[in-house]
Amino acid sequence: MTETPRSESSLSVQAPGRGTGRSRSERPIIFDVQGLAVNYGDFTAVAGVDIDIRQNEITAFIGPSGCGKTTVLRCFNRMNDLIETARVSGSIEYHGVDLYGEGVDPVEVRRRIGMVFQKPNPFPKSIYDNIAFGPKIAGFKGDMDELVEQSLRRAAIWDEVKDKLQDSAFALSGGQQQRLCIARAIATSPDVVLMDEPCSALDPIATLRIEELMMELKEDYTILIVTHNMQQAARVSDRTAFFTVDVGDTGMRTGRLVEFDDTDKIFVNPSEQQTEDYITGRFG
Amino acid sequence: MVSTPRSAGTADMVRASISGRGSRKGGKVFEYSLLASLMVALLFLAILLADIFRQGLGVLFDRGLDFVTSPLSLNPETAGIWQSLTGSVLLTILVALIAFPIGIGSAIYLEEYAPDTRFTRFINTNIRNLAGVPSIVYGILGLTMFVTFTRSIGLGGGVNGRNMIAAGLTLAVLVLPIVIITAAEALRAVPNSIREAAFGVGATRWEVVRYHVLPSAAPGILTGTVLTLARAFGETAPLLLVGAATGFFTTGNAGLLEQTTGPYTALPVTVFSWARQPDAQFRELTAAAIIVLLVLLLTANAAAVILRNRFERRW
Ligand SMILES: Nc1ncnc2c1ncn2[C@@H]1O[C@H](COP(=O)(O)OP(=O)(O)OP(=O)(O)O)[C@@H](O)[C@H]1O
Ligand SMILES: [Mg+2]
Repeated sequence: MTETPRSESSLSVQAPGRGTGRSRSERPIIFDVQGLAVNYGDFTAVAGVDIDIRQNEITAFIGPSGCGKTTVLRCFNRMNDLIETARVSGSIEYHGVDLYGEGVDPVEVRRRIGMVFQKPNPFPKSIYDNIAFGPKIAGFKGDMDELVEQSLRRAAIWDEVKDKLQDSAFALSGGQQQRLCIARAIATSPDVVLMDEPCSALDPIATLRIEELMMELKEDYTILIVTHNMQQAARVSDRTAFFTVDVGDTGMRTGRLVEFDDTDKIFVNPSEQQTEDYITGRFG
Repeated sequence: MVSTPRSAGTADMVRASISGRGSRKGGKVFEYSLLASLMVALLFLAILLADIFRQGLGVLFDRGLDFVTSPLSLNPETAGIWQSLTGSVLLTILVALIAFPIGIGSAIYLEEYAPDTRFTRFINTNIRNLAGVPSIVYGILGLTMFVTFTRSIGLGGGVNGRNMIAAGLTLAVLVLPIVIITAAEALRAVPNSIREAAFGVGATRWEVVRYHVLPSAAPGILTGTVLTLARAFGETAPLLLVGAATGFFTTGNAGLLEQTTGPYTALPVTVFSWARQPDAQFRELTAAAIIVLLVLLLTANAAAVILRNRFERRW
């Protein structure tokens, strides 16, 4: 997989003060988010989110716990539809189509926009079946064995599992399970991969491998990642959205987008004081 | 090693408090009284079983298989439980065929599809209430509804609808709430992360249920539902109302349809009717029939456990 040609921007990685890559601003916008707010019942979890996500970039969501990063991320593949109390308002346009518009099939959306969850959640089935399930229900007609191998190779886990594809996915370590979940997410050839703290349960080595993997994947996919790890956001992302929590008079904690910009800008020269406090606070 | 002047005293205090001298009396009393309750319960069970085996084993040893394969009779020397046994087995199969699809289907709907509204919560609560309704009430329901129904669709047989079909429907309705509750519990035990994972790769709700939720819940559903069958197998009161024969009757070699539409009885009903006979010999027969009933129930429960382990061992 090291043969995959890298684009100029990822070649110039030099965290955190790398060049922003001139070609980036010309990359097409694939998500245009405006005035996004999510309520759980009467409780407004997050409001006022305006961001645009560009193709083949890694966009990081950072911010304190409970500020709504997961909530926002789950709007992008309509995962919040599964939570009965959740109400999404505002608009998310995906390639110019309103994701929450009438006639949009959330199943179809999730086929194009894959997700890796915070906790590794392989199916209680074999490693092979974990990967094959998505393509199978999508009506994949090609060579399944090859697709499984390819997906596992791309997720940098093939060598560890190639001799035990029929074993239970639960027999893998946490880090291996997470990479399996990444392989599962890319097996359906999505357009976008959403990753919710994919490394939070991983050791530094596994984390590094997943970061390398993200850098590889962004050649073909657009990636959104939630992370609590500042260094990780600085290392891998092209752009960063910083969220915070406002506590209202009634004690209601509502998340808000503070700043959204190139990662270098956010980490080196943020426009908002809050952003700077958060970032420097974390770095000590 | 720096030893402070306080350390010796602290060590003594720690030693004293962790050795818990004399401070656990209340706990001990409580523990022993719990043990005593358990012993009382076990004692009653043991006495009951000992009594039944003392009375019944003789018949089983003397007559052997003959007791099981002989037809019902007024003569205690030759009376057997053949119709009761086949009746119970057929009835249980009937109950499974009716109650499982409906019950498991309802549970899937309630757990996986139904929105969490007041109405569904109301339904859920009432299913729980229904599970607690005394079985005789179901018997009355069976008598007024299913007997009439069976008659009206022309399956009344020679007994005016008071046959095994009506009984099967009655028992199916009786166990339905329990089937729904156990199946729903098994479905609820499936971690949500599995559903999210499946939705996340673009599965429809049906695919999520079919390929992930049901396979994960199957062991639990299976054990729960087999245990409800055991309940149906042991029911007596409602059957008395929907016409299970307490006397004897002949089936000869009737076909399946005649057996299900004609007169019928079931093992617990036979136990009931034999127990009322004044003849001492019938008391032994009753005990023998109870032993057969218990063996069948234990076998069913063991089968449920084995099936569950088989399923679970897959991963
Ligand atoms: N299913 C839900 N029902 C009700 N409230 C929820 C639900 N999920 C999240 N919330 C609330 O929404 C707010 C944002 O939660 P969210 O999970 O998006 O935070 P987060 O930024 O991802 O936090 P963390 O960094 O701890 O993962 C929190 O106040 C949380 O309590
Ligand atoms: Mg989160």
